[in-house]
Amino acid sequence: MRQYIIRRVGYCLLSLFLLSVTIFFFVRVTGDPATLLVEPGASEADIAAIHHQFGLDQPLWVQYGLFMWSLAHGDLGQSFYYQTPVMELYLQRLPNSLLLAFVAMALSLVIGVPSGILASVRVGRFWDSFGKLFSLLGLSLPSFLVGLLLILVFSVYLGWLPSSGADGPLNLIMPAFALGWYFAASHMRLTRSSMLDVLGSEYIKLARLKGLPQSLVIAKHAFKNALIPVLTLAGINLVIMVNVAVVVEVVFAWPGIGRLLYEGITFRDFPIVQGVVILGGAMIVIVNLFVDILYAVIDPRIRLES
Amino acid sequence: MSTPADVIRLPTPTPRFAAIRALRLGDVPMVPLLILGVIALVAVFANQLAPHNPEIGSLTARFKPPFWVTGGSTEYLLGTDQLGRDVLSRLIFGARVSMVVGFTAVIFAGVLGTALGIVSGYLGGWVDQVIMRITDTWLALPALMFAIFLASIVGPSMWNIVIILGLVYWTRYARVIRGEVLSLKEREFVRLAIVAGCSKLTIMRRHILPNVINSAVVLGTLMLGVVIITEATLSFLGVGVPPPQPAWGLMLSDGKQGLMVGYWWLTVFPGGCIVLMVLSANLLGDWLRVKFDPQLRQL
Amino acid sequence: MTAAPLLELDNLSTHYVSAQGTRIVRAVDEVSLRLNAGETLGIVGESGSGKSTLALTILRVLPPAARIVGGRMLFEGEDLVAKSDAEMRHIRGKRIAMILQDPMASLNPLFTIGDQVAEPIRVHEGERRATAWNRARELLRSVRIPSPETRLTQYPHEMSGGMRQRIVGAIGISCEPRLLIADEPTTSLDLTIQAQYLNLLRDLQQAHGLALIFITHNLGIVAKMCDQLAVMYAGRVVESGPVSRIFNAPAHPYTRALLNSIPRMSDSDQRLVAIDGQPPDLSALPSGCAFAPRCPQALARCRDAAPPPFAPEEGRIARCWLAEPSAVGGDFRVASGAA
Repeated sequence: MRQYIIRRVGYCLLSLFLLSVTIFFFVRVTGDPATLLVEPGASEADIAAIHHQFGLDQPLWVQYGLFMWSLAHGDLGQSFYYQTPVMELYLQRLPNSLLLAFVAMALSLVIGVPSGILASVRVGRFWDSFGKLFSLLGLSLPSFLVGLLLILVFSVYLGWLPSSGADGPLNLIMPAFALGWYFAASHMRLTRSSMLDVLGSEYIKLARLKGLPQSLVIAKHAFKNALIPVLTLAGINLVIMVNVAVVVEVVFAWPGIGRLLYEGITFRDFPIVQGVVILGGAMIVIVNLFVDILYAVIDPRIRLES
Repeated sequence: MSTPADVIRLPTPTPRFAAIRALRLGDVPMVPLLILGVIALVAVFANQLAPHNPEIGSLTARFKPPFWVTGGSTEYLLGTDQLGRDVLSRLIFGARVSMVVGFTAVIFAGVLGTALGIVSGYLGGWVDQVIMRITDTWLALPALMFAIFLASIVGPSMWNIVIILGLVYWTRYARVIRGEVLSLKEREFVRLAIVAGCSKLTIMRRHILPNVINSAVVLGTLMLGVVIITEATLSFLGVGVPPPQPAWGLMLSDGKQGLMVGYWWLTVFPGGCIVLMVLSANLLGDWLRVKFDPQLRQL
Repeated sequence: MTAAPLLELDNLSTHYVSAQGTRIVRAVDEVSLRLNAGETLGIVGESGSGKSTLALTILRVLPPAARIVGGRMLFEGEDLVAKSDAEMRHIRGKRIAMILQDPMASLNPLFTIGDQVAEPIRVHEGERRATAWNRARELLRSVRIPSPETRLTQYPHEMSGGMRQRIVGAIGISCEPRLLIADEPTTSLDLTIQAQYLNLLRDLQQAHGLALIFITHNLGIVAKMCDQLAVMYAGRVVESGPVSRIFNAPAHPYTRALLNSIPRMSDSDQRLVAIDGQPPDLSALPSGCAFAPRCPQALARCRDAAPPPFAPEEGRIARCWLAEPSAVGGDFRVASGAA
């Protein structure tokens, strides 16, 4: 198990490294980074000053070193618009995004897993067709469109739910649904195929041969095995949700990091954009690591492998 | 007692039925194909089909509803937006944007991803390691984030978006193709080619490539829907196709203002177009996937 | 006259039907067999001969594409074909049990050994956990697993292949069934362990009065373990009867070919004897006898009509025109010396 963890940590670090290189590379390869770091309409002198201040006149590897150095200290630069460190802004907004993601994830599992199980047990019949339809719609409707349509129906026509802000629990329902929609379909698909795989396995055959009732075969033997890949995916999806919530947050004016990113784009506030992307990427890589470790805890085969 | 499910008394199938069944035509999904075909035609003949200029509006005709609602007129069949621009014309030209961006990006990502996948899978060694590490890292970053990041650096324009989408999505192809190449490598005909003295490039080009094209095409149809949604999302956020060019995502963004006041047509029509196109692409992709190889489930 | 057989299959047929109903695979085709209490029946055949499907048919755990299309299965006088799913559930594991081929795949990796062995006891006999656990321990002991107490809390992947197969055996006998079906139980075991396992099965059989159906492709095992033998080809039983009689004088060319193909220590410098041709495609069987294309003694008649079961001797069946009593003047023995 220790070997396993060490290897996983190694991969994690490598990925973080590559991530930073990628960001660094792209910023520099697409033009003078100084133009991104000054407010639009800056003068020549300003740009030269920026060059000096950020060490852009230094050789590349020195720049990279400086970049990593500040990253390691949690310094992601300062937002022009807010005149506060990006890290601070990020940490301020993060809890909101996490809340939204958690609720959306819970929703997607509550909808996705049971329908996936039903679809797998009733292959070819009604639930399976319904499941296929649901899955298709999940893939074909972008989250922001779902959000807009929800607003149209529930805010404009029915007037039941508020369409923006984060004042109370009612504000959470529609954005969570819009965000969770795609993932519900994804989880349903995975649960279904995972269950089908498991149901075709030898140990399920033996369980039936033992004379166990179908409900026990599914609930006890199949379910736990089928759940493993689903939980793994869910864990990774949670972090992805936090990061792709940007459109949903924009539609519903939800004050999370997605909205922060949007502000960064709209106000041409590059430090915010870069900061959110780096932190988002890093978050995903680190959570992947934790999910891998959790995986080892659930599955005794990995746990006892020495 | 009713007969249990695994026990039936099968009538022996008469030869007549068996023959008819064998003659059954293919199961090409006509509806998605037709929809995509129509969209493609609309995109090509946009100039002829659109009743108005999509980029210039009449300020006296702002926020007009579709013609079947009171206040609407047949001059603007599907209504107008906040600048008085005809929605139908914008939808038609938007089809052009979606088609061009969609297909070009998919092809770009496909070519890049397939090439790198073949190289990575076949050559192995450190080339493989490098390409795979990059692929893994880029795959870990959500496509949307990555695309937004790149778009904010280079600035919005249609061709920039195509390039960005290609850069973001090639990794999906590379992963899958590499997997296939790894198993193809062990096959007899590849070994024969090696023994016959073919250069690595020749083998990759003449033997490996034709065998992975199938998967690449199937993956391409599946990616088409994803790419279009991403483009729409980027446009919605303002980092995609820039105004005044009409893109469906951009129309949705504009339409948001009118939403709260009940101007539903600015959201429903562009949204409907996106859904139709993506749904058709997905259905087609699913059918292709099953047709080419039912084992390709993991795609 | 002996007592009523424990299991009697009467013209049983199981077909696989493709989704559109176009392809029909006659996996089990008009099979008739008999098994008395305490006896061991060996079912032998190549892969695809239908032997595994037959076993699954008896227990009614067929995959969704398969259907029992005709015949009866009488177990202790009751027709299993007519039973509802709920009724079958009470039979499976309790009155008829089955062991599968791959012990690693048969055990659920996420649950302990004890849980899985105790499970049928708890489900069928309603015992409480503690009692079932004790019985599980005794069962592990009876299949000769050392230190059963520790094993109960371990997981399948911590056991060796031989131990896993014994555990599967323990699960099989846990509710004292009358019949145990073993589908190639030794195929995935090391040779050195195979003999031990077979001895164990035989001891268990004698201790519990079990009838055993042994599905295998290995005639050596049949010789060692079985009283009766049924040879299957293309879904049909082509020959059946007492093992010793069949081994001495096979009535069907296929059986003879199988027996000939076993290499013997004595013929060290002779070529291995194989059966020409390929196993048939079950969805496109030729008319007439299914073995005719590969049969060294095939007659013109064999390609026209499939032979019905003949009885060359008391208690033996052979589906071969050569075994027809009138044909060769009452001497059914298949001429030796193929081309």
